[in-house]
Amino acid sequence: MTDAVRCSPGDWVEVERVLLEVAERAVGLPADTAAQPLRVWVKGYARSEAMIGDTIEVETMTGRVVSGHLSAISPGYTHTFGTPPAEIVHIGRDLRARVAAYRAAAAAVAGGMASPEAGE
Amino acid sequence: MATRYEQIMARKGEIMVRALGMDYAEFERGPIAFDYEGMMAAHGYSLADIRGIQRAAGVGGTPLLELRNLTDLVRSYAEPGFGARIFVKDEAANMAGSFKDRRASMSIHVAAKKGYAGVIAATSGNYGAAVASQAARAGLKCIICQETFDSRHIGQPEIVEKSRLCEAFGAEVVQMTVGPELFFHMLELLDETGFLSASLYSPFGVSGIETLGAELAEEMRALTGAPPTHVVVTHAGGGNTTGTARGLKRAGATSTEIVSASVDLSGLHMASDTDFNRKSFTTGHTGFGVPFATWPDRADVPRNAARSLRYMDRYLTVTQGEVFYVTEALAKLEGLERGPSGNTAMAAAMSLARDLPADATVVVQETEYTGAGKHHWSQLAFAREQGVEVRAGDPADNVPGTAIVIPERPEQIRAVDFDLGRMHRSYVRNALSRAPEGYVPTPEDIVFLAEDTNTSPATIEEIIAELRAG
Repeated sequence: MTDAVRCSPGDWVEVERVLLEVAERAVGLPADTAAQPLRVWVKGYARSEAMIGDTIEVETMTGRVVSGHLSAISPGYTHTFGTPPAEIVHIGRDLRARVAAYRAAAAAVAGGMASPEAGE
Repeated sequence: MATRYEQIMARKGEIMVRALGMDYAEFERGPIAFDYEGMMAAHGYSLADIRGIQRAAGVGGTPLLELRNLTDLVRSYAEPGFGARIFVKDEAANMAGSFKDRRASMSIHVAAKKGYAGVIAATSGNYGAAVASQAARAGLKCIICQETFDSRHIGQPEIVEKSRLCEAFGAEVVQMTVGPELFFHMLELLDETGFLSASLYSPFGVSGIETLGAELAEEMRALTGAPPTHVVVTHAGGGNTTGTARGLKRAGATSTEIVSASVDLSGLHMASDTDFNRKSFTTGHTGFGVPFATWPDRADVPRNAARSLRYMDRYLTVTQGEVFYVTEALAKLEGLERGPSGNTAMAAAMSLARDLPADATVVVQETEYTGAGKHHWSQLAFAREQGVEVRAGDPADNVPGTAIVIPERPEQIRAVDFDLGRMHRSYVRNALSRAPEGYVPTPEDIVFLAEDTNTSPATIEEIIAELRAG
């Protein structure tokens, strides 16, 4: 996502529009959803110069022409892996220790049984 | 005057007939019964044909891995002599990162063969990436409609990651706010473009999953000398359960128990703007699993090819916290960083394996890729930002949308059996309610309902009598 506020023709941009106003929405929606318009975002190549917020046409990857308000120029992605939650970080160490202890105990039992002195 | 929404929905039948690539009408037998096997066979592809198509598309043949460390972990707290061997089919090894490539490969094959210029699918999940990837290989255009944002324009990070991947494969991604009108917009786009509707629920797509069941039956035979005793399937819309079970049967694994598993999201409304970003799971949950099992024909096709009650022997639910715990365990113990949604079945499998004898074999039939946004750290951080409490404790205290409780010890992972009898009753009620008022089910309807629920005509007659008594 760039901080640019003006796009040129051919730039990769995103437009936003209202697909269904509140009064046009399907019946039977939960109240919180019904109170909001249905909005849509589509990306494509700008067909003209425009400022953020202007109505503009874009040509999408499939060649459709879609109009909407210019909402982003060079729209990118910023989602992350987050940070290690405290409730999670101990799991690997705990479980490796448990598996090792289980195997050591099983080996001790097996070893004990196989030992020539065991029956004497 | 009809709204735009109503106008398009009124033309649904006409738009779909052209967009589906097949006519469903010939399989109808009445208001309730239809010829399911006839519909599934109509495309004319044998299992060998489908394997050939998928091999050419770079799909399938994923590794089957034995999880010896996870098995020993379970045995460390199971009763002596218990703790089944756990295996996983690493479906993340497919090109777009999940078993959904199997579904997509068939839809794309049909679209290319029938001369469609492109495909459209409505999906916020891995299926979108699979369709986009397969479409790219086939030189077809692709539009993916996603429910991505709440009304504040805050995206569920897992779905945002799916937007990114679909775009990476050259798809046009239509991102929307919350609401079932996603389907309305998909119809508008099908009408505008003339593309094929690459529905998740078409016979093409569901047949594409049969190779997964067949592969794992054959691979388990080679590895252990027998088909698996249990296969655990992460369950949402029902295609995964249906296709896998059908493939197992085709490969002769007729005694394998099919265990479906979903994350319990009870209490959250799937069409709610405020609940949307409090779910922490975008699929594999009861919000899809229960409604689709008990009324499959709610899907975007006239008759759903995914009919999970036909095949499900048990339905287990696990908590959000349990799945996040198991996701971390899988990475640290087995070197498999996957999911988390696909690890729903893994959490259920750990609980199941604990109660089975040590010589039983439990196969988790899929993994999915992980990454930024999808990753369990990312989901937990996002849940906290949305005001959901995340804490360690007893996962039985997990409350979807309010508190994610991460287990403190693996013994706390305990899947819960969902009452299948209740699902059968709910299914029959739904089927009857779609028939005209006063319609009396025919003997053919009774047989169909028995097959569709894997019960008997006597059970269906009992349920109908109970429903009538009210």
